[in-house]
Amino acid sequence: MEKAKLKFALYWAASCGGCEIAVLDINEKILDVVANADILFWPVAMDIKYKDVEAMPDKHIDVCFFNGAIRTEEQEHMANLLRKKAKVLVAFGSCACDGCVIGLGNLWDKETIFQRAYFETPSTKNPESLTPQTSFNVKEGELELPAFYDTVKTLAQTVDVDYYLSGCPPPVPLIIQAVQAIFKNELPPKGSVIMPNKSICDECPREKKDRKLSEIKRIYEIDDDTQTCFWDQSVICMGPATRAGCGAQCLEVNMPCTGCNGPGPLVNDQGAAIVSALTSIATNSDLINQIADPIGTFYKYSLANSILTRKVMKK
Amino acid sequence: MKEIVIDPVTRLEGHGKITIFLNDNGEVENAYFQVPELRGFEKFCEGRRAEDLPIITTRICGVCPVAHHMAGAKACDAAFNVEVPDTAKKLRELEYVGYFIYDHILHFYFLGGPDFIVGPDAPPAKRNILGVIEKVGLDIAGEVIKHRAYGQRITGILGGRPTHPVSAIPGGMSKSLSEENRLEIEKMVKSCVEFAKFSLKIFNDVVLENVDYVNLITSDPYSLETYYMGTVDKNNKVNFYDGDVRVVNPSGNEFLKFGPSEYLDVIEEHVEPWTYVKLPYLKKVGWKGLVVGSDSGIYRVGPLGRLNASEGMATPLAQEEYERMYKTLGGKPVHATLAFHWARLIELMYATERALELTTDKDITNKNVRNKPGKPGEGVGIVEAARGTLIHHYILDENALAKKVNLIVATTHNYPSICMSIKNAAKGLIHDNKVNDGLLNMVEMAFRAYDPCFACATHMAIGEMPLEIEIYDERKRLLRRVER
Repeated sequence: MEKAKLKFALYWAASCGGCEIAVLDINEKILDVVANADILFWPVAMDIKYKDVEAMPDKHIDVCFFNGAIRTEEQEHMANLLRKKAKVLVAFGSCACDGCVIGLGNLWDKETIFQRAYFETPSTKNPESLTPQTSFNVKEGELELPAFYDTVKTLAQTVDVDYYLSGCPPPVPLIIQAVQAIFKNELPPKGSVIMPNKSICDECPREKKDRKLSEIKRIYEIDDDTQTCFWDQSVICMGPATRAGCGAQCLEVNMPCTGCNGPGPLVNDQGAAIVSALTSIATNSDLINQIADPIGTFYKYSLANSILTRKVMKK
Repeated sequence: MKEIVIDPVTRLEGHGKITIFLNDNGEVENAYFQVPELRGFEKFCEGRRAEDLPIITTRICGVCPVAHHMAGAKACDAAFNVEVPDTAKKLRELEYVGYFIYDHILHFYFLGGPDFIVGPDAPPAKRNILGVIEKVGLDIAGEVIKHRAYGQRITGILGGRPTHPVSAIPGGMSKSLSEENRLEIEKMVKSCVEFAKFSLKIFNDVVLENVDYVNLITSDPYSLETYYMGTVDKNNKVNFYDGDVRVVNPSGNEFLKFGPSEYLDVIEEHVEPWTYVKLPYLKKVGWKGLVVGSDSGIYRVGPLGRLNASEGMATPLAQEEYERMYKTLGGKPVHATLAFHWARLIELMYATERALELTTDKDITNKNVRNKPGKPGEGVGIVEAARGTLIHHYILDENALAKKVNLIVATTHNYPSICMSIKNAAKGLIHDNKVNDGLLNMVEMAFRAYDPCFACATHMAIGEMPLEIEIYDERKRLLRRVER
């Protein structure tokens, strides 16, 4: 008798669609997926509605890949629903794992974000001071929008998560590995990050020298020798605090790692880890004043999932 | 008053919702297309390092990250007052046309094309990429996948990664092109040129040879008389990467032309309380609501917008097809929304021809690809994203951190027109309270022609956009539900 196929689901919340592209970039391997699994729910590709998911028995889905952060009411609802319906829930991609750049919105709140988008931007003309409303009566009837929250949350801050596969987008070879591990029933213990237990530095081809940091420069200010570690050239690189798995692609085109794979092994807080690395090679205390935009540099993809989480807004 | 909610539960789920109101006579009173999502880039880009902006803003869209990357890099060049070396410009443009190659192939074969190749009357289950494969053959499907992957590979080589590239920096590119990589790209591009010719032939054989399809393209429910906008070179030919932006009026005459730094003189954005997306219009004409004509400031961008706003294509095969399109559809400008599909293929032809010119340019492997930026200030970068004109405007402080960021994203320009196209399609079909199942497809076709990025990641979707229509009476009791 034929083995029962695994039941898969994929969903997107506050995200850019790049995670979906990454899944499709596994190209012909998608045929293996189709041969071994039934995809029950995948909004970008399939004709299945919210209410069909709601009608499923609990734990009906074997594995759900969930990408995107939680920014609105609707996204929170879907996270709760899919948690209930899936045996295994995987936070897929940087937004779901760490909040990604959307999480930088936590330096503000709904009011200040709306203020910028609907009033201040120089091309906006808003004489009646309108903003989007969760419920609004147009002359023909009522229209509704999902509420926009003050704070971006990761998937794990919203529901219980079984596995993590980060990256912006997740590297294609890691997606293939994860899918194969699922098919062979060889998943690691719950809570694992299904990525290599190494840092970007382990994948980087550049030569590390003494790495004594006496000043900090921006990438456009240096004459990159293309061979030496960026830290040796006084440029901040997130490699030491960031998990491997992408093959150090940015370094391949002479750009420093910006940290999109999330915290490296044994790192809880990506920003704290890089600050710790930086201070260990700093030769003077004035360096701290030379760091432009520490939050955006050290927590570009992980602010929502850091010990900081968000800025406290004084009203 | 009756209310019909088309909740595009899948491909647009969380990203779009259509509500149609019928009046007491059962005719369409109004239709609303809502975008129920905002992420707030214009705020959280504040305070970021200038060089991070072309990297952070790629996350606006995982389907067209290259467009944001280039608009961001150009805004930085302008803000730092630095001229990019000639070779770096060419590398950026090559990466850029590589992105057009994969994006336009995706739309034609996977998303919009099925309407024509399989046919608007075919059952929904067939109107998808699988139906296309059935119609054109499995070996051709292999070619589609191969050439889409070539486009991705070209952007990957030059950008570092195909999704969310990183190599365009203020003043140029972080890496030059090796001869080995150039040869690989040349081989792929030559194949892409042939594939573009083949795609135009399919469009000709399947669509243009069929009088019913041509009539459908030019039919009233699919026509909108608007202004058009697109970037052109010195000769007013379409350019994706650089140039001035030209606007023509609904009669096709030049209305104005502007450089990036002048965009605020030309475009304003209107706010509505029922959607998170703003509605842009031409400032000189003004916001008159969702109406067409020369008194309304609504304009269209994207493939058809660009072709209408230009005086031709800069490469020979694309120019030939450009002339044929206008001859076939009755001269310029073409107001038929479904002509976006043809225009998209003409642009695919141009992208491949231009890619070949750039790949075989004698300077393309030159090592000088970076200039040092000057003092930080203010800058605007404009490129043509696959879906239309894309504007990034940065104001930097003395430490080259972003003080203010304004973004007008491609699909946003088309948002007012998409709303009107949906309403027209609904009006064309719904009469006397009768909602035909065909409405689903009519609305979809109107919407899909724009290749709207609200549905970003859907461009590769292996299926029809599932729709659901719920019809309520005035007391909100469910009368009928249509879904598939």
